[in-house]
Amino acid sequence: MRTITFSQATLEAMQEEMRRDPMVFVYGEDIVRQGGIFGQFKGLPEEFGDRIRDVPISETAIVGAALGAALTGTRPVADMHFADFISVAFDEVVNQIAKNRYMFGGQANIPLVIRAPDGISNQAAAQHSQSVEGWLQNVPGLIIVTPSSPATAKGLLKSAIRQNDPVIFFEHKVLYPQKGPVPEEEFLTPIGKAEVRKPGKDVTIVTYSIMVQKCEAAAMELEKEGISVEVIDLLTLKPLDMQTLVDSVKKTHRCVVVHEAVVTGGLGAEIASQCCA
Amino acid sequence: MPFQKREFPNAFANLPKEKALALLETMVRIRAFESRVEELFLNRKIPGFVHLYIGEEAIASGVMAHLNKDDSITSTHRGHGHAIAKGARIDRMMAELYGKKTGYCKGKGGSMHIADFSVGMLGANGVVGGGYNIAVGAGISARIKKTDQVAVCFFGDGASNRGTFHEALNLAAVWKLPVLFVNENNQWASTTPTSFATSAVHIADRAKGYGIEGYTVDGNNVIEVYNAASALIEAARKGKGPAILECLTYRIKGHYVGDPERYRTKEEVQKHFTENDPIIRFSAYLKEKGMLDDAGLEAMKAAAVREVAAGEKFAEDSPYPDKEEALDDLFSFSPKEFPEVVR
Repeated sequence: MRTITFSQATLEAMQEEMRRDPMVFVYGEDIVRQGGIFGQFKGLPEEFGDRIRDVPISETAIVGAALGAALTGTRPVADMHFADFISVAFDEVVNQIAKNRYMFGGQANIPLVIRAPDGISNQAAAQHSQSVEGWLQNVPGLIIVTPSSPATAKGLLKSAIRQNDPVIFFEHKVLYPQKGPVPEEEFLTPIGKAEVRKPGKDVTIVTYSIMVQKCEAAAMELEKEGISVEVIDLLTLKPLDMQTLVDSVKKTHRCVVVHEAVVTGGLGAEIASQCCA
Repeated sequence: MPFQKREFPNAFANLPKEKALALLETMVRIRAFESRVEELFLNRKIPGFVHLYIGEEAIASGVMAHLNKDDSITSTHRGHGHAIAKGARIDRMMAELYGKKTGYCKGKGGSMHIADFSVGMLGANGVVGGGYNIAVGAGISARIKKTDQVAVCFFGDGASNRGTFHEALNLAAVWKLPVLFVNENNQWASTTPTSFATSAVHIADRAKGYGIEGYTVDGNNVIEVYNAASALIEAARKGKGPAILECLTYRIKGHYVGDPERYRTKEEVQKHFTENDPIIRFSAYLKEKGMLDDAGLEAMKAAAVREVAAGEKFAEDSPYPDKEEALDDLFSFSPKEFPEVVR
């Protein structure tokens, strides 16, 4: 199979979905002139003209307008530049987007994607390094996905764009230049389904995003010591695929949750408590 | 204080009699709805928080007369009047206020989230200043779809102090989006007077900062509102970009039904109601022009009261949502597919 970078994989997803549906458009800060901080939008302006646009530094406008556009028949993709900046548009995400369908009795679909590059990279300090999924895990009405490889990046982004609900797409910054196998033919990665990356019988490691590859490496080390590790890549953080987790833990009787985000009040606590329940 | 005046073309003068009367009828229907809603809330028939549009009806009526069904509006917490003027049904609105299953939001939104997306009313909003960017998004989508749709964002004087105002106005201006920002300056942001909280003398003055047009009109004169909205909506539709239309009005009722209103005098309120009621003013004008008589006005008011009564009966007779429906409509898929999603 050919190998491409994570960044190229997201670009292919955008190209394919924008070709498929003229109602898909994308806007964000510095995505046209710069091509995105990680080059993940390069080439889109030449092909799609006004359907990709640079916007003023106005996160509440970017995110709030995505909702208005989604309610009126288009499928916006809003790029947050850095996931940390979602905080600037917190009302838009939490009170406007997430609650819209429920509060208005399901009057409209809300097909929008918020792309949010997250995670620690390049010693960028505390405002450009966060994994903020915990902020949003507590908000009913959102779907949250986070790929761990070029293939899952492409498949999940395509699924997210086709989803008729708001999807937060966390993409780890360290993953962008990494290469991996991605099929040439079209494919979708299902939302709501975790993947068993490596089967094992002694302990289950539940993880996602950048930590998947680290956990796989750790699992290989542990194999040498005779410990058989099952590695589960969540891929979708909300809704959690508890069935796959529970099936695994029933088998191994042990569970370790690994993520880059802060320890308290996040996915680790959530998964631990749900596995015990 | 003087404000930026512009003589808008008198589009109203070209209206046939029945369209002129329709402007009044919309105002009368809003008044009838709001008056009964106030009573029903005080009688504990309607739960939640209710904010009334009484005294401001000329704005919704005069603006909405220029919008097509597929044009969008975003509204405020004081949104009943906008919904009625945009074409929402009074019976389903009343059912929603009651929290009944037959309401527009299946009883899950209530007064502060009244909406009828099918007529382009994209929702009242419980967060002050939450509607600007939704309207901007509707403007962007008109561009993507290549239609001549426009979006109108209604907002209060208090909301003009939100940061969202700045981001929305700037983005709409740099992209020349087809959005009209209609300010309903009713002098009060909850308990705080506009003069205390707002640096600009007139909210329309803030348009200068965005390089767009901004005008202030007498929001209790439906003819002034109609003429200004006609010109500005037409311009937005033709790609000339956004504008601010500030409509000066007065909030006759408290911030919410039940507000003890300790921050202002009864005399102040009464003075506005007796001297500046938009319905009295416009019906007097129509009578003077021979388009309306006392009997006609009374018949119009009686029909509105009957429509509201029928809506009330519809609401009373409708069931509450079932417990099993509590989590419906959180997503496009059923919660049964993903039980974890609603935990």
